[in-house]
Amino acid sequence: MSRTTPSRTPISRISRSSPAVLMLEDGRTFRGESFGATSDDLGRPAETFGEAVFATGMTGYQETLTDPSYAGQIVVQTAPHIGNTGVNDEDPESRAMWVAGYVVRDPSRIPSNWRSRRTLEDELRAQGIVGMSGIDTRALTRHLRERGAMRGAIAPAPADGAGEAALLQRILDSPGMVGANLAPTVSTQEPYTVSPASFGVSEVRLRVSALDLGIKSRTPARMAARGIEVTVFPATASGDDLLADGPDGVFLSNGPGDPATTSYAVEAAQKVLQSETPLFGICFGNQILGRALGFGTYKLVYGHRGINQPVQDRATGRVAVTSHNHGFAVDAPLDGRTDTPYGRVEVSHVALNDNVVEGLRLLDLPAFSVQYHPEAAPGPHDADSLFDSFVDLMQHPGKKGNA
Amino acid sequence: MPRRDDIESVLVIGSGPIIIGQASEFDYSGTQACRVLRDEGLRVILVNSNPATIMTDPEIADATYIEPITVDVVRRVIELEQPDALLATLGGQTALNTAMALHDAGILDKYGVRLLGADIAAIKKGEDREVFKSLVDALPPELGAESARSAVCNTLDECFAAADELGYPMVVRPSYTLGGRGGGFAYDADDLRQIAGSGLAASPYSQVLLEESILGWKEFELELMRDRLDNVVVVCSIENVDAMGVHTGDSVTVAPAMTLTDREYQRMRDVAIAIMRAVGVDAGGCNIQFAVEPTTGRLIVIEMNPRVSRSSALASKATGFPIAKISAKLALGYTLDEIANDITRSTPAAFEPTLDYVVVKVPRFAFEKFPGADTRLTTTMKSVGEAMAIGGNFAEALQKAMRSLESGSAGFWTKPDRTLPHADLDPLEAVAIPHDGRLYNVERALRAGYTVEQVYEASGIDPWFVDQVLGILELRREVEQVVADDGIDSAKSLAILAHAKRQGFSDLQLSKVLEVAEDVLRHLRQAAGIRPVYKTVDTCAAEFAAFTPYHYSSYGEETEVEPREKPAVIVLGSGPNRIGQGIEFDYACCHAAFALSDAGFETIMVNCNPETVSTDYDTSDRLYFEPLTVEDVLEVVAAEQAAGPLVGVIVQLGGQTPLGLAARLKAAGVPVVGTSPEAIHLAEDRGEFGRVLASAGLLAPKHGTARSSDEASAIATGIGYPVLVRPSYVLGGRGMEIVYDEGSLRAYVERATDASPEHPILIDRFLDDAVEVDVDALFDGEQLYLAGVMEHIEEAGIHSGDSACALPPITLGRSDIARIREATEGIARGVGVRGLLNVQFALQSDVLYVIEANPRASRTVPFVAKATGVALAKAAARVMLGATIDELRAELLLPDGDGARMPLHSHVAVKEAVLPFNRFLGVDTVLGPEMKSTGEVMGIDAGFGVAYAKSQAAAYGALPTKGRVFVSVANRDKRAMVFPVKRLVDLGFEVLATDGTAEMLDRNGVRATVVPKYSEGLAGNAVERILAGEIDLVINTPFGSSGNSGPRVDGYEIRSACVAKEVPCVTTVQGASAAVQGIEAVIRGDLDVRSLQHWHRELAALRAETRADGSGPR
Repeated sequence: MSRTTPSRTPISRISRSSPAVLMLEDGRTFRGESFGATSDDLGRPAETFGEAVFATGMTGYQETLTDPSYAGQIVVQTAPHIGNTGVNDEDPESRAMWVAGYVVRDPSRIPSNWRSRRTLEDELRAQGIVGMSGIDTRALTRHLRERGAMRGAIAPAPADGAGEAALLQRILDSPGMVGANLAPTVSTQEPYTVSPASFGVSEVRLRVSALDLGIKSRTPARMAARGIEVTVFPATASGDDLLADGPDGVFLSNGPGDPATTSYAVEAAQKVLQSETPLFGICFGNQILGRALGFGTYKLVYGHRGINQPVQDRATGRVAVTSHNHGFAVDAPLDGRTDTPYGRVEVSHVALNDNVVEGLRLLDLPAFSVQYHPEAAPGPHDADSLFDSFVDLMQHPGKKGNA
Repeated sequence: MPRRDDIESVLVIGSGPIIIGQASEFDYSGTQACRVLRDEGLRVILVNSNPATIMTDPEIADATYIEPITVDVVRRVIELEQPDALLATLGGQTALNTAMALHDAGILDKYGVRLLGADIAAIKKGEDREVFKSLVDALPPELGAESARSAVCNTLDECFAAADELGYPMVVRPSYTLGGRGGGFAYDADDLRQIAGSGLAASPYSQVLLEESILGWKEFELELMRDRLDNVVVVCSIENVDAMGVHTGDSVTVAPAMTLTDREYQRMRDVAIAIMRAVGVDAGGCNIQFAVEPTTGRLIVIEMNPRVSRSSALASKATGFPIAKISAKLALGYTLDEIANDITRSTPAAFEPTLDYVVVKVPRFAFEKFPGADTRLTTTMKSVGEAMAIGGNFAEALQKAMRSLESGSAGFWTKPDRTLPHADLDPLEAVAIPHDGRLYNVERALRAGYTVEQVYEASGIDPWFVDQVLGILELRREVEQVVADDGIDSAKSLAILAHAKRQGFSDLQLSKVLEVAEDVLRHLRQAAGIRPVYKTVDTCAAEFAAFTPYHYSSYGEETEVEPREKPAVIVLGSGPNRIGQGIEFDYACCHAAFALSDAGFETIMVNCNPETVSTDYDTSDRLYFEPLTVEDVLEVVAAEQAAGPLVGVIVQLGGQTPLGLAARLKAAGVPVVGTSPEAIHLAEDRGEFGRVLASAGLLAPKHGTARSSDEASAIATGIGYPVLVRPSYVLGGRGMEIVYDEGSLRAYVERATDASPEHPILIDRFLDDAVEVDVDALFDGEQLYLAGVMEHIEEAGIHSGDSACALPPITLGRSDIARIREATEGIARGVGVRGLLNVQFALQSDVLYVIEANPRASRTVPFVAKATGVALAKAAARVMLGATIDELRAELLLPDGDGARMPLHSHVAVKEAVLPFNRFLGVDTVLGPEMKSTGEVMGIDAGFGVAYAKSQAAAYGALPTKGRVFVSVANRDKRAMVFPVKRLVDLGFEVLATDGTAEMLDRNGVRATVVPKYSEGLAGNAVERILAGEIDLVINTPFGSSGNSGPRVDGYEIRSACVAKEVPCVTTVQGASAAVQGIEAVIRGDLDVRSLQHWHRELAALRAETRADGSGPR
């Protein structure tokens, strides 16, 4: 954390913005004001399309905006004030903001935090993120909860009924999340390495190949802090690519889109399993592992997007409060063990709110995965020890799974 | 996993009387806990001396001991009841300290009583500052937790040595005291001597902690829960708007924290969890406070409370997560994942609530009651209550909270700037002083053109909050501009008004700004469809459906009020606790909800006080957490009328706050049930009431009503001095005084008109040496149920709320009571009461005077209910909705006969008031017509002496049974004092007296040692000897006029010394006689404990006998 900027960001004020609408594919329309980018690169009034989803975290908007898993989604923040702590240079979770659109109730008038460098709205504009503010986000959230996440658009308020009808048509013509293959669009194009040295750890204890399906920067950071040198590969890297250097383990990251479209990653995961190299997956990586094992995946009605989600470790009964961002889930039997081509598998973790599968553990191979985010950012650090479990697994691959 | 099965009975210790720093939030938490324990099939034994609580209702526990919370008394309860376990983490610091003392005395071990929730080791780690600090310092360094540099000192010399290390200013914190009592900031050596000196005295272990100054840092709190499997959740984060240096209980606070990034918040969370584990709170809640350096983010752990606290109550109301209830379940061995979230039903309590709204709490002070008190806010808590508001954004929540306070101003611009505190100072200087209502001066400073940065620099209030106030000001200017340009009913004006409503502007604020009538503005707004909607507090930001209708208003698209079919009744609560309007009124409101729910109504509560049982979402069918203003109440009424049939609104149970709304609600077409607003007016308007009395053949002290200074002096001259003067329509004797001459009268009128401009001043003849009697009664239009007759122990002239009283009356004859009954019935009929009526009488030279009548719930309703074993408030609610007294008797809700005559041999209950003078050092402790007490206790026993002794032990510490008594009384009291002092000598006391008093005693055969007066400045004077701890009891009645002359100052110094050393100090003749009776009873060894259920059973049996004798009162 930087302590070198004792003075505050100069106070700037958000000017009254122009009228905008959020329209959903079922026709429900919310009126408010534009927030963030208002025109595209060519100076045309900006509109944006995506899957409208709500996120319930009260902190961490900067991490949320830069989480690649939100690619293709219009994110609705349920927290009433957004932007209070401005934007700093330390907290982004990737190189850019990925949300398709951003909906808030009350944007902060000024940022107030010793690390703040600029305002959120300036950053949204700089990154071309179209957003809107001033709407009843609770009513919107309730709508999405009852009807499910759905396609929508943020656009300048249409002048008339014809404009509205046209906008609705454009929404209906836009792609949905089912069948969306988004990981390659957010992934790194070239492999790169995160070394423990950059986190103050001199010794490289282990080496991991990470498949970047939309990886957050905190993830390699948490591994590097444990002496793991992480080589991050593009989403489409093959199993052979991942195993080429004989790593101690392979990591499957989080990421956006429908896991059913990601056959390349599923195949890579199967290759890793066959090699008996220790494997750890999170979020999208959990779904990839699930599919690699032969389970299906399905779309949740409105998903889990928040940092207060209770997950129970079925072995210990302990509950962790965890960070979630997933719209899909693995379809596996909650109880008992399932025989798969890779041996026996059990559901290791379950969401207490709705009994969704939150983790898989292989009993005959050194592989496990969780549906949530042990790297947090944003969110509580309760599940951070899963990285220790991964280390343990790499050091004792004979122990199998998340032992 | 099921709960532990090794316990069958649990002793719960409550928090005792309401005092500053420990208010009704512990009734809320204790009530929740008792309910949980009983639902689990456990036998619950409760000790709490405070009768005005829901938790001491006989149906809440199996055995309820309304007894002093002392080690000796609790030991007796343990002996009698043999509980398996003790739950002490839900009764505030009082319960925790008592549990520690019971442990230290070996009592818990001796009787095999296990401590639930937090064990002794954990309590000590959390509460002992030195142990706690070393525990924080021992946490893994990567967590980045520090404690402030500090030194623990047991003597003043140690303090000065430490000061060389730490430098000034520094914080002084005594160990094991409530609300930081005895603490403060020391800016130099003199400050240190004074503050650390009183801190050492205040700490039961004579220990203070000196700390480096973190004045001006940001302050945060986290509320956590942990179960026996080590699952931990953070229920709520709270940020203080006032920076470090103001006690969190006196700060404006906001939830969730507004100015932390996720990294900073998670680090705070990690530290908090590590601390909770290190302290070892195994199964329950705790609260941890942090300071953050604004320019660097350096994080310092300030303190933790290993128990449910005031902040937990706030956090529970702010999030919908019932901390006390879940704490009780965790203490029984359940884990968080085994406990359902009541609100969503489908999800477990093992999660962290997330808010999609903002909660603001503002403290309520009572400095006007304590002239001379230091009004600067410090680390010693001084507020007497708080209001909480929920809004869609910070501005809305803040403005709702400000108008919830009823502090004179109802939000920005509702009062002229000149009435603001420190109005004479430049606003930037004013904001530098932490004070009640500082945000008004923040707005004034911004309006004067100071920048956000300047105001931040001066006040330490984070720029984010200052800028929010600026946003409110800018919007006001925009509203003014648009309305001026386009006219108030233009589309553009309506649009900006809608925007202002979304930012929490009240109709009243807008009406002041735009200079139109509030009603006009409301009609305009409503006609334009600018109406609030009602959202739900659901713990989860709408992620899951909510099943508890816990609502708050906001200006959005969609309302969540569900339609209903059952007829509903709205109960208006009493708002923030304050002196004169406290928990007693909340008690009555809760009982109305319970009774009406049982009677088949849907009950709807409206209140804004987070410290109460009424704002528990379980108390009524629907809860609206809303300010109690005309605007906010009318909107709730409209929303509920749209939802289904609404029978009416109850305004008579919540004290003056809802009562004051009655006329305007009725005028707006709201059905007010029970006593009508017109009848209320009849009782409150002096002239009208005089006619009611005259036609009933009753006497009032000579009186008059004045609207000007000249009129007042003419009336007073006609009546004859001394006179009692007060503004009309007030509770708790606010602004009431006895004046002796015209000069003081005119000075009073100047001050009082400021206190209450809309209402005239009442002038009464002051009845010297009269016995005052309080009566609570129910009237159904035909029949009177006289619930109880209370005889005040202090004479008339002491506010009834501050006076001790006995039920049944101890000196009144049957014929007196018969006259009182008749008079009460005459008033009830004449006024047109439907429900409760409280009448105050004075009996002087056998003449019965009616002092006042209040057609509403009184402060004494819970006391009467408990003393007579009758659910009076429940019966009252039913009568208000049309039930007759006969019907209620048939339902057994009321007994046959009534409380006019308690059967022979029935018990005696004594109510004693608890005064906050130890918070306001330097304030005179003499009682008068202005109410000053914050709470009350009850002593109950077979006879008056023991009951009185118990009440004293519960309120102030036990009466002495031996030692030295110091006597100094006014001439008029000397004759009456001979007998009680003589009795004390017979009981073995040594008597010290000032020379005049000693001479008189000597002539009556009582030897007294003469002690110099303080004003004589001699060594060994009374004040010195009290401070030296040489005096065990003081009897001092005030004399001299209320100026600054010698004798008056002497008495003042004596009484202040008593407060400082906690020496019992009797200031009235009657009090002295009562004290002597109490001391005699204690010496005789009569002090034993009995449960309330026992007394009620005995009373029921006596009543049955009385009926069989045919000697009942009917």
